[in-house]
Amino acid sequence: MAKNIDNRPIIELRNVSKRFGALQVLDGVDLSLRRGETTVVIGESGTGKSVLLKHIVGLLRPDSGEIWFDGQRIDTMNEQALVPIRRRMGFLFQMGALFDSMTVGENVGFPLEEHSQFKPDKIQAIVEEKLKMVGLSGLQARKPGQISGGQKKRVALARAIALDPEVVFYDEPTTGLDPVRADVINELILKLKQELHVTGIVVTHDMVSAFKVGDRILMLNKGTIIADAVPAWYKTCDDPRVRRFVDGRANEEDLKALVAAK
Amino acid sequence: MLRRTIDILGDFFIFTWQTIYWMSRGVWRRRNWRLLIPQLYEVGYKSLPVIMITGAFVGMVIAVQSIEQFRALGMEERMGSIVNLSVVRELGPVLAGIMLAGRIGGALTAELGTMNVTEQIDALRSMGVNPIRYLVAPRVLACFILTPALTLFADFTGALGGWFVSVVLEGIAPGPYWDYTKQAVSTFDLYSGIIKSFFFGAALGLVSCYSGFFCKPGAEGVGRACTTAFVTSFIVILALDFILAQILQDIQIALFGFQSML
Ligand SMILES: Nc1ncnc2c1ncn2[C@@H]1O[C@H](COP(=O)(O)OP(=O)(O)O)[C@@H](O)[C@H]1O
Ligand SMILES: [Mg+2]
Repeated sequence: MAKNIDNRPIIELRNVSKRFGALQVLDGVDLSLRRGETTVVIGESGTGKSVLLKHIVGLLRPDSGEIWFDGQRIDTMNEQALVPIRRRMGFLFQMGALFDSMTVGENVGFPLEEHSQFKPDKIQAIVEEKLKMVGLSGLQARKPGQISGGQKKRVALARAIALDPEVVFYDEPTTGLDPVRADVINELILKLKQELHVTGIVVTHDMVSAFKVGDRILMLNKGTIIADAVPAWYKTCDDPRVRRFVDGRANEEDLKALVAAK
Repeated sequence: MLRRTIDILGDFFIFTWQTIYWMSRGVWRRRNWRLLIPQLYEVGYKSLPVIMITGAFVGMVIAVQSIEQFRALGMEERMGSIVNLSVVRELGPVLAGIMLAGRIGGALTAELGTMNVTEQIDALRSMGVNPIRYLVAPRVLACFILTPALTLFADFTGALGGWFVSVVLEGIAPGPYWDYTKQAVSTFDLYSGIIKSFFFGAALGLVSCYSGFFCKPGAEGVGRACTTAFVTSFIVILALDFILAQILQDIQIALFGFQSML
């Protein structure tokens, strides 16, 4: 019976569209994510990757289409009804979004303070453990203003996993980190998946990271998913849009514009 | 244009309603007091000096402005009536409200606006914490409770300022000065000033929080929200004053009959 449930997708998007003013950001996205897998979403800046993630946690509402989480339709739920669902999710924001009125320790402990019945010393211990996982123990007393951009991102990741969520959304987890730190984060994403069976959705531009952590890679382009396959496929695929992104080459038109600008 | 205004008003009323809902639910829980107390300190204690200075100058200016008129009529002993009535009933509450709209409203809009553009408000929501409960309700409640309290201080220093100019500088006999004050200023006048300031406090708190909560992206958005919030609070306070002055005066006449000030 447990196995049966496990085979159902944990997250499903059905024909989701979203526009901001004249800008069609998502244009009929269909997506279904399996439990315990890490799905990587790649795509150029501004194609709506962050917008896509925000729809799945209910921070944005689609103009049309449906969003399902573990058998419940969530795009029509009110904020109050979403609370128990959001407790099962952790969200790493692209810019970290740490509370700058709180210390690093208070930031990481915040979800625990709000949602658990743990005593303060238990919370302290969990905070220490999570910070250690991202390689930052001992920074508890600092304010976000006093640490570097890369450190902020890692603190934000520690906060996102504080409540041991079932699903973690990573919005560009390795952007702004040096290659060694980036790899620590990749290892952490793998470890969460292997040891805690966390379902992961990773938005990234970092193909090294995408190949390392992804069970499956999606490519988003102009609001639609143009590729959905296992990582190996991307090494050989010959769709020019995909190839350019994966190999990190500018397209002809952009190059021409650059030459013309001189 | 008209539609936009109606939309904004609609949003503002929903926002107000939710704030009232969370305020009335949250205030009974001891757990929430840790959110309220820092706000009380920020709004109340830190505004005290500026409010007392404002009050004192209001009292002094009214006295300076009116003394020659009273002297020309040979009625300078009646100074106390007009000075203290104006302070307690009108200028104390209004100028205290406007002062607080700048001093506290500006800080609230900037704080919530920054939290909004750096996605800290989204982060709260993603962690299943209602930002209206967590951020807005304690701030508006602090403004609502403390604006009247601060107005009492402004009234007090205003009366002191008026006394200083009339009695100390201009040599009016203190006995009659206070006798005429007592005759002219009823308890109802004091109450009506305080009743108004409850409305002013709620208005400036709600307008400032709303502006920050829904500000446009970027530092520019925050800056613009601060300006809008102050101008709006200012106008709303004056408009409320106009309406409430009318209503309270009708009530006073109904209760006690008409009384001449002189
Ligand atoms: N709340 C919003 N209001 C208006 N436009 C938005 C909003 N959020 C994102 N956008 C726009 O949607 C597009 C996609 O944004 P985003 O999802 O952040 O891109 P990315 O793929 O780089 O994460 C961008 O053009 C952005 O300006
Ligand atoms: Mg993004």
